[in-house]
Amino acid sequence: MSVLVYTESWDGSFRKSTFEAASYASETAKILGTEVIAISLGEVSSDELDKLGNYGVSKVVSCSAIEKGDGQAATNAIAKITDDANILIFSNTNTAKMIAPRLSAKLKVGIVSNVIGLSESTNPLQVKRKAFSSKAIELATVNTATAILAIAPNSFKLIETGGNCTIEEVATNEKGAITIEGKETASGKISISEAEIVVSAGRGLKGPENWGMIEELAELLGAATACSKPVADIGWRPHAEHVGQTGKVVAADLYFAIGISGAIQHLAGVNSSKVMVAINTDPEAPFFKAADYGIVGDAFEVVPKLIEEIKQLKG
Amino acid sequence: MNIVVCISSVPDTTSKINFTDNNTKFDSCGIQFVINPNDEFGLTKAMVLKEANGGTVKVITVGDATTEPVIRKTLAIGADSAVRINKTASDSYTTALEIATYLKENPADLIIAGKESLDYNGGAVPGMIAEMLDLPFVNACNGLEIAENNAKVSREIDGGKEYLSASLPLVIGGQKGLVEESELRIPNMRGIMQARSKPLQVIEASISEDFTTSISFEKPAEKEACKLVDSNNVAELVNLLHNEAKVI
Ligand SMILES: Cc1cc2nc3c(=O)[nH]c(=O)nc-3n(C[C@H](O)[C@H](O)[C@H](O)COP(=O)(O)OP(=O)(O)OC[C@H]3O[C@@H](n4cnc5c(N)ncnc54)[C@H](O)[C@@H]3O)c2cc1C
Repeated sequence: MSVLVYTESWDGSFRKSTFEAASYASETAKILGTEVIAISLGEVSSDELDKLGNYGVSKVVSCSAIEKGDGQAATNAIAKITDDANILIFSNTNTAKMIAPRLSAKLKVGIVSNVIGLSESTNPLQVKRKAFSSKAIELATVNTATAILAIAPNSFKLIETGGNCTIEEVATNEKGAITIEGKETASGKISISEAEIVVSAGRGLKGPENWGMIEELAELLGAATACSKPVADIGWRPHAEHVGQTGKVVAADLYFAIGISGAIQHLAGVNSSKVMVAINTDPEAPFFKAADYGIVGDAFEVVPKLIEEIKQLKG
Repeated sequence: MNIVVCISSVPDTTSKINFTDNNTKFDSCGIQFVINPNDEFGLTKAMVLKEANGGTVKVITVGDATTEPVIRKTLAIGADSAVRINKTASDSYTTALEIATYLKENPADLIIAGKESLDYNGGAVPGMIAEMLDLPFVNACNGLEIAENNAKVSREIDGGKEYLSASLPLVIGGQKGLVEESELRIPNMRGIMQARSKPLQVIEASISEDFTTSISFEKPAEKEACKLVDSNNVAELVNLLHNEAKVI
């Protein structure tokens, strides 16, 4: 018996969502009275792998030859290590969704994604998950002896244990039918799904040339920038910034909605955030019904003042 | 090239979500169902590929008879034929297995699903189909070019794009970017008329044992009323965020 966690890395580094998954696995292992084994794919230094010990992992199995984008190879490599695991934990990332469902089909075990809390019961396994684009929370049960759970980013707290882990390198030569040709990434960008603070703006900003103040506010707060769907559709901002029901899901500690009306599709994707602030000229804007704090006012006057005040606060 | 597009029929995005039977069932009363937006990008891409390279576009769904208006709409948009596996989709695994079982008998060159459906947001069916058919799979696919038997694909990764290639057959979990919003097609009168006579085959489901079961639903806690701060007193907002909410 054990709990297995897939610890995703990006260019050799783990992220918050990785440690969240490890923390979740470690708390689950505590309930079951067992240990956590992590699986890492791709080149990750032993210093980085060591960090997993602090989140309750006792052993890391590293398959450095496997590229995570090759879902077949990743699935086959993980399937070889699952042995006697009862629960397999993933973070619900785009890459995990290429691996976890395959693994579910290969091992013939049930999968629950978008999980937002520890199991309500372990026999049978019952967990809460987000459904209907965050408009509802579903209690789901897994009918198979083994379960795969994919945890929604930013929904489970990091728990540092101060522990250590051993590392075992496993040589695998799994190869799927896909070739990874390359990638393009904007460096230094904070991930929207993991960010603690997200500064988001909508059509109320009138044009792409006005995003300077949004970026400045975000930078000041160490926040990610996001936007409403029409803003991405007209090309003012990249598609990757589109949040909402048909875009990315935000579950930040703090979400700023600047010049965003608060359409149901927008709110669905962002309302898992703990605190939401709306800045809008229209006192009737639906966002004020969902926000915790609000200012009825012109973004072009309010945001520069906000920047000044936060600069003062940060000294 | 034979393309199969997996279609999920989901509540319109403006729907208010409610539950019945003591919060154990989704309440479909008064709900308008639409093609899952991620699937609509895939269907449109399939049409574009068919127009460029020839071939056929078939849509497939696992659903009961109430999903037929949505299926007819995909035919009106341009799919050539449809298959409905007669079962209320209740679990990712059985849904995927029904589709994979059909595809084993009726192979396709390209299988396009949406990266997730907007009702249960499982995002698991496409990857499972790929595994069941032992095919390569690309999730969150936002670019696809086909030349002969080869696919060049891009997928969204955190902070960027990854480029991949594979030979067909291939399974895709599609999203916006496969085509742009402006390329989506609204069925015209001729399409709607033609759709009525296009084949829609109904197959009885063969698998019944679900791996997961939905027990109950709840709605997120209601928010308290919004605290409004005067626009001339932005300092007060910063104060509240710092001292009351403790988020900055
Ligand atoms: C199938 C479907 C899926 C969708 N999915 C999404 C989704 O995932 N995400 C999403 O965001 N939308 C989505 N939408 C679109 C959604 O319905 C709204 O149209 C959209 O969210 C509105 O964007 P907006 O708030 O930026 O623009 P608008 O609705 O135009 O609102 C602009 C706001 O800015 C305010 N404003 C104007 N000037 C100023 C100023 N100077 N200072 C401050 N405020 C100002 C206005 O009062 C207004 O409230 C979807 C729609 C459909 C049909």
